[in-house]
This record gives sequence, structure tokens and C-alpha cells, in this order.
Amino acid sequence: MFLKKVALASAAILMSGSAMAACKIDGRVSIVGNEFPAIHAVADGAKACSGGEVKANLTADHQKINVAGMTGNPAEYTSAIIANSSIVALMNEDVIRPLDDLVAKHGKSLKPNQLIKINGEIMAVAFMANAQHLVYRADVLEKAGVEPPKTYEEMLAGAKVIRDKGLLQYPLGGAYKAGWNLAQEFTNMYIGHGGEFFKPGSAEVSINNAQGVATLEMLKALSEYMNPDFLTHDSNATSAEWKAGNVAMMNMWGSRMGPLKDPEQSTAEVVASTTLGAPMTVGGGSTPATTLWWDGWTVAKNTSDADAEATFLAMMNGINPDRLDDEMAPLAVWLIDGYEPTPAAVGVFAAANMNATPYPMLPYQGLLHTALGAEIVDFMQGKESAEKALADVEAAYTAAAREKGFLN
Amino acid sequence: MKHSSFFWFILPTATAMLLFIALPIVSVLIQSVHTPHDAVLIETENCGPFGCTTATTIDQEATRALRDEKPLGKFVGLEIYFDRGHLAITEVAETWRNAESIGGFFADLNNLPFYRAMAFTLTFTFTVTPLMLVFGLMIALGVNALHQRIKGVLIFFSLLPMIVSPLIGSLVLFWMIDSRGILGSALQWFFEDPDLSMKASTGLTWIMLIVYGVWHAAPFSFIVFYAGLQTLPQDTLESAQIDGASRWQQVRYVIIPHLMPLITFVALMQLMDNFRVFEPIVGFNSEAHAASLSWFIFNDLGGETRLLSSAATSSVLTIIGVSILLTPVLIRTWRDFNAKS
Repeated sequence: MFLKKVALASAAILMSGSAMAACKIDGRVSIVGNEFPAIHAVADGAKACSGGEVKANLTADHQKINVAGMTGNPAEYTSAIIANSSIVALMNEDVIRPLDDLVAKHGKSLKPNQLIKINGEIMAVAFMANAQHLVYRADVLEKAGVEPPKTYEEMLAGAKVIRDKGLLQYPLGGAYKAGWNLAQEFTNMYIGHGGEFFKPGSAEVSINNAQGVATLEMLKALSEYMNPDFLTHDSNATSAEWKAGNVAMMNMWGSRMGPLKDPEQSTAEVVASTTLGAPMTVGGGSTPATTLWWDGWTVAKNTSDADAEATFLAMMNGINPDRLDDEMAPLAVWLIDGYEPTPAAVGVFAAANMNATPYPMLPYQGLLHTALGAEIVDFMQGKESAEKALADVEAAYTAAAREKGFLN
Repeated sequence: MKHSSFFWFILPTATAMLLFIALPIVSVLIQSVHTPHDAVLIETENCGPFGCTTATTIDQEATRALRDEKPLGKFVGLEIYFDRGHLAITEVAETWRNAESIGGFFADLNNLPFYRAMAFTLTFTFTVTPLMLVFGLMIALGVNALHQRIKGVLIFFSLLPMIVSPLIGSLVLFWMIDSRGILGSALQWFFEDPDLSMKASTGLTWIMLIVYGVWHAAPFSFIVFYAGLQTLPQDTLESAQIDGASRWQQVRYVIIPHLMPLITFVALMQLMDNFRVFEPIVGFNSEAHAASLSWFIFNDLGGETRLLSSAATSSVLTIIGVSILLTPVLIRTWRDFNAKS
């Protein structure tokens, strides 16, 4: 099998003399990034380059090390793979370089929508998109006589029917783990309600309003239909509950759909009836209660021009359209030229078509996210009112934003 | 010892302590009274896969100019110490004014992260420390009374909880108490409550963390006490037996006084360790119910936007907390030392 692949690959290279064969670099490449299959595929492509050393450190803790690893001169990491939320930390610390000259020289094959432009300069090259959207068990919904929900209100009503009919005790799932995940669900739901996080043009937070209260109340109502341990369930634990057949509907990341549809990881019944849907709206709004995300790569500022060029070439090879084979294509919703949507991509495409809001790229959004993740937990446990929880979030955010110099 | 030889003798130790203990503490202190400069924000147009938007970003050149001028940042004195994330002076004063009763005051205080973490940390420290001393002593006495042949095996097994890395140990227990795990399901069956979730209840989470803390730390006191028991003067013990002392009286009046210096040592170490409780909080995902200063530091450093001044402040507060905790024990040791000499 392996030999066959090697033979095929070399045949392809010989026949086309393609870009893969051309990947010759002259410099040091060191990549830091998150750890999931799509990122591995990109890093493997970068490693296929010859002529220089290519290293990759892919870990779920990448955000704890990327800024530190790119601050020194020369930087340990010549490239960080990031998303639209985490590029902010690199921008704030000024450790990544504009890529305009490199794109002009080597990036002709990139599509315009892959170029992340901040203040007119290309700061990152995006290669995949992601969003949270509905997943449901068609068989359970059919048994209960429930239509796949289009709104969160319908989801709640459906969950009640499923529970009342005794089909499942906890029909809903969700990554509601205290901290980043819970804050992400708040962000989704608040956007769905049409809320604005900050007073226009300033870092002053304003979430203690009617939309904020409605958001919290919806999250609480949904959690009543979830496994009681929901505050400790991240995307992994929620996916495990799904694979065990304990959940009938949830709002989940598009990048998690591959494993859910993998026959090796769950029973035939669950895999066959797992169906992807569009993101839901809430409160009669038309904006879906979800956020759009991109993942992309950057090049370090504190590195020699030769290493930066080598890094750019290696990363370009990582997202080379020629590498988009049957194995790599289903791993993500690729923004790469020539990508044909696979069945696992339906939800993310639906989110984009519904004009979902991209996750905000503000220098202080991360601080609000952290404050949300810590302070709305008391409300979710029924220990305090929605208004009090939102006031706590605002107070916690304000203290942090003052420290970072965003507020006076 | 001559002064000069004492100086050369102590020099390597003193240098190491200065470099690795004193200097970092000074550095943390300095960082805790500085914050980053005010960010110079500008409106920009950002474009990506999902179209263009107007957004706010940091003006790097203007910010760099500020930074080059004063690399340490902005001096703010004790502002971070007093903000909501730490001692929360303003919030506490307001709570005090608005509180209708003492109980209400403490309930409201619990809403502030620092005091909530303190409530848990102190409860944890003052339950785990005595319990692990008692259990450690009991295991040591039990093992010591056994036949030589099975001692080795039993010592090994008693030490296992300490050998298991704290994060792994707490993760194992975390999955067992899951509402679908073996202990979680057993408790649901026992209390006939299918909705019972240990992870969702603050009280049960605290108990779980304390049980874990004792389980993990008891072997340490066991092994120290067991070593101490090997030096027990047999003649004193025999004369107590001849005088008709019961097993309890022997323990109370002969063994414990003999082990007292060791008990002080273990108590000291454990007070310090338990005040810095960290791994179980991560392993049990318990930050919603129980956090500690160490966890705050971890959280400040690991967030999407790092809060370095806040982390430095929490570190200084931890040092102050440990010093306060250790003062009574240190004073006692000092008195004992003076009394002997």
C-alpha cells in the first residue's frame, strides 16, 4: 500500500514536474500550531520540502508558547499556525511580519480570499474555514416526530419531546466547559441575538443589556437538557457523548464532523443517522447564532529574510492544491484552490451562505472571552441572576483591560 | 570556623540562592507594580475569507515608541493589587456597605475571584494537612507492626499514590466520578438520584478535591514517619509497657513526642504545598467551583491575551500567603531551638 502510494506520488511528480518537486528551500523552518488532523496535513506538506531543516511543534497548548517563542531575535518559531482569534495576540505583541512582498514573489497561486489583510497589509494566509453548526440524529428525531430545528427555540421544544417520550434523558449536547468553550457559546448566542460587545469605536464593554440576559437565559434553558456534568464537557467530551449515542442534537464545530461520521469510532446506528445541518438562529433574528473562523499561517518578524522566505515556501507547499487528495480533502473545509466540498463540509458552507459573523478580531476580544468564561459560570449553576453575572463579566473585563492599557 | 573559611564555604549556596530565589522574587515584585503602556488604537480595514470589516487594531509604531522610552511599562504602584482580580478593595468596601448581615457580606465576598479562591485554598489546606498527618501516622504504625517479610511489598503499595503524577491521578479519579463513571453511577444508585452529579456541585467538588489531596499526600508523611519509627528508643517504649501503658498511651506519650520534629517538618512542607494546590484543579476541571492563586497565575499566563502584571501580582500574593501560614510554625521552631541551646 505504502509502496504503491510512493510510486503514484513519484509518477505524478515525474509527469507534471509539479510544484511539489519544486519545493526547494534554503533556510530554517520551525512551525508552531494547534494539534488536529488538518494542521498535521499542512505541516507534513511543509516537511516534504528539501534543502533546509523543517520542524513542527503541534500542540493544543500552542497559544501558551507561540508569543514567547516568536519574541526572541532570532525567533525560535519562524511560523505560527493560528486562527482569527489567536492572530490578535501575535499582532498585539508585533511578532509577525507583513507578507506582501513574499506573496507577490511566490504566492501567485493564492486566492484573494485567502489573504488576511490588516490595515492594508497581508499578515496571514488562511487555508481552512470552520464554524459551529447543528448536528442531529435523524433516527431519534424521526422517532420523536420532531423536525430538524432551524432555531434554538425549536431545538428546546424538540428536546422536551424527546425527553418526554423517554427516548433520551439528556437529548442535547454542547461544549459548555467553564472557560473558553462556554464563553464561545455565549459569543455565538449573543451574536445571534444581535448584540454588540463593545460601545462603538472603544474598548468599553457593553453586554449587560436585554440581549445579554436573553443569551444567558437561552444557554441555561439548553443546559437543562444536557448531561449534568456539562460544565466540564469540552468538544472532546461532547463528541464522546455523541459517539456513545447519548445525545440527539448539538451545536458543534465543523472540524469535528469527520470523527463523528467515522464508522470505527462509533456504532453503525449512530454514524448512519448523524446528520449535519445549518447553524440555528435565535430570538427571531436572521443572523445565525454562530461565528465563522479561519485557520492560517503567519511568518515571524524576528527572523532573517532568508529564513522567512524558506518558511513561506514550505508553508505554501503545505497548502499546495496538488496535495489535496482523498485523504486530506475531508479533514477540513479548505480554502485552497481546487477544493470540492465533502459531505463533512455542509454545515460550514451553510454558515457562510447564511452570512454568519466572523469571530471578532479585536485586540481586547480575548480579554472579554476570558472574563465571560469565568464569570457566567455562577449563573449557569443557578447561583446568581443573569444581570449580576453580566455585571461581574463587565467588572472582570474592565480590570483586565485597564491592566493591558486598553482602558484608562 | 574562621570567618574567611565560613565565607568561602557558604559562597556557592549563597550565590545560588541569590540567583535562583532572591532575584526572581525581586523581578516579580517589580513586574507586579508595572503594567503595559496604554495601547494606541487605530481604526483599520481588515479583509479575509469572509469579506472586509472595519476594526480596531494596535498602532504598533506608536506603541513601540512608548515601549522603547520606558521598557518596564507604566508604573502603577499597587493598583493591580487592589483591582477586582486581586484584593478588590473598592468592591469589598462596597459589599461591606451594602451587606445586611455578616453572613450576607461573606456570601457577596464569594463573588470576587480572589476571596473565592482563598475560601477554597484555606479550607483545602486546613483539612488536608491534619488529615494527611493522621493517616500517614496510622499507616506508618500499621506497617511498622507487620512482619518483616510483607513490609517491603506494603511499603511499595502505600507509596503508589505519591508515585502517580498528580495530574494523572486526578484525571483517573475525574473519569471515575463522571456521572457515567463507576463512582458517579454508584453514588447515583446509592442515593437513588439519577441527576446527582459530583462535578456540578460545589460542595461535592470540594470534598472530592480534599479526598484526592489526602490520598496523594498521605504516603509522604507515611514514609517520613516510618523512617522516624526506626529510630524509636526501644528501652523507653519497653519501660512504658512495663509501667502498663496501653497501645494508645504508648503512641500518645512516647511515639508522638519522639516524632514531633518530623511532624513539624511534614506539616510545614504540606502547608506550603497545599496552599499552592494546582494540579488537581486542572485535572478535575474544577475551576468553576474551586480555584487557587496558582491556578490564577496559570490562567493569566495561558489566556489568549496574557496578563503578565496580574500573574506577577498573584505570585507575590502567594508568597505573602505562604509566609503568613508558616509564621506560627516557624516561631514555634525558633522557640524550641532557643530553649534547647
